[in-house]
Amino acid sequence: MREKILAAIDKNSKLSAQDLAIMLGSTEEEVKAVIKQLEDEHIICGYPTLINWDKVKCERVTALIEVKVTPQRGLGFDKVAERIYQFDEVQSVYLMSGGFDLTVIIEGKTMKEVANFVSAKLAPMEGVQSTATHFVLKKYKEHGLPLEQEKLDERMLISP
Amino acid sequence: MRDPLSKKVISIQPSGIRKFFDIVSEMKDAISLGVGEPDFDTPWHIREEGIYSLEKGRTFYTSNSGIKELKIEICRYLDRRFGLQYDYEHETLVTVGGSEAIDLALRAMINPGDEVLIPQPCYVSYHPCTVLAGGVPVIINLKGENDFKLTRQELVSAITKKTKILILPYPNNPTGSVMDYDDLKALVDVIIENDLYVISDEIYSELTYKNRHVSIASFPGMRERTIVINGFSKSYAMTGWRLGYAVGPENIIEQMTKIHQFAIMCAPTTSQYAAVEALRNGDSDVEAMRDAYDKRRRFLVHAFKKMELPCFEPFGAFYVFPCIKSLNMTSDEFATKLLMEEKVAVVPGTAFGECGEGYVRISYAYSIDNLKIAMDRMERFIRKYK
Repeated sequence: MREKILAAIDKNSKLSAQDLAIMLGSTEEEVKAVIKQLEDEHIICGYPTLINWDKVKCERVTALIEVKVTPQRGLGFDKVAERIYQFDEVQSVYLMSGGFDLTVIIEGKTMKEVANFVSAKLAPMEGVQSTATHFVLKKYKEHGLPLEQEKLDERMLISP
Repeated sequence: MRDPLSKKVISIQPSGIRKFFDIVSEMKDAISLGVGEPDFDTPWHIREEGIYSLEKGRTFYTSNSGIKELKIEICRYLDRRFGLQYDYEHETLVTVGGSEAIDLALRAMINPGDEVLIPQPCYVSYHPCTVLAGGVPVIINLKGENDFKLTRQELVSAITKKTKILILPYPNNPTGSVMDYDDLKALVDVIIENDLYVISDEIYSELTYKNRHVSIASFPGMRERTIVINGFSKSYAMTGWRLGYAVGPENIIEQMTKIHQFAIMCAPTTSQYAAVEALRNGDSDVEAMRDAYDKRRRFLVHAFKKMELPCFEPFGAFYVFPCIKSLNMTSDEFATKLLMEEKVAVVPGTAFGECGEGYVRISYAYSIDNLKIAMDRMERFIRKYK
């Protein structure tokens, strides 16, 4: 049931416990209990909303920063990653394989704000060797969902 | 001037769905639950393979019975999923949708006067295709109390000396009914004793929600007297690609191929290449879609329970077939009123046979959000007239 619930709400967190119970052939109580447990175990970590900010008159800049890091003995990359993700501007931090170590995704109001963050906070941080900043020009798809409006139902209204 | 038309063709009634379609098309902002095709787009990797085949210039006819790779994949698939073994060279024919395969099978097998058993409610093409092929359609009126399954008794009572073919349309459109192993087993010896042939329309075989679909051809003694019809429309959401197939005994497939060769030439080339990809790498897509349908199915069955509308739990296809007799309206009146008053379009059960009277077909090939709105409206409607 855990996996079933997770799969069902992965793309739509608005489904109520009652809906989920009906759709998964369970009871409302069970669904509520399982979700509670998943939240307690921090498997469900939150319920953010997927917003296409480009459509709102509200300037936002997203940047993806490749960060090379000197790992610390006994702590690896975790310590540096933790120092980075504490900043509110940071949306995501991933440890990567390949040519660099951390991917840091930053959101800021202006390009200047992001640049400031990188030069003042990120680059000088202890353990950070180098950074390369890439600004996002347009977002097409996030969390498995296209940001463009869904296309209309083109099917014939009635068919055998 | 002489009458330019064929009397036989004129004798055929236009589909009951057509009439309703015209009314619905006039209505703006109606929510339709009347569609008989998936709401999903064809999975991208399948579409991409079709595009690639065009880029490579694969724009020619294929061999009449279909490209070899596709026929091989079809046979592998049928074996993998349903334990059916067929020879791709002599026992497989790729057609323009399942509907062409139905037509071909009937035309290849019927001699004038042969009776064809058609259990109704069912898909709309069996009856006219039988008439066009010179056969005599014999309707078996299925019953709601049997969940619209074909029972042994019903079959036995319909058989005459002239009966040659039984059409077995399960999982069923419009009822959503399925025939499980035991249900089919009860028919097998009747079919064999009476030397009948079966056209088994298994187009919804991937959309079952309790047990995996069982094909009648998998029973001992049935393979040599069964044409299995299937296709890509429902399982891979590929309706517009127009691609289906038939497998069966070589002597029948050979004659079907002959008609196909003269009437159609070959199924669309692009679609055939895309279908190879579907069969090779599409299992997870089928599973994901089945899973989505299953959730909606539960949602609708629950909604009808709440409305106190009798409705057996359908375990196949993507239709629910609730009984509306308690409202003292005909199916036609119900569907028309529901459309006019609440702007929800459903298909009257009578579009699928007279015994569909008292029922309506509701499709769940729609998003949950859509279904929710539609069910709210329908509930309001039913409270008003009950």
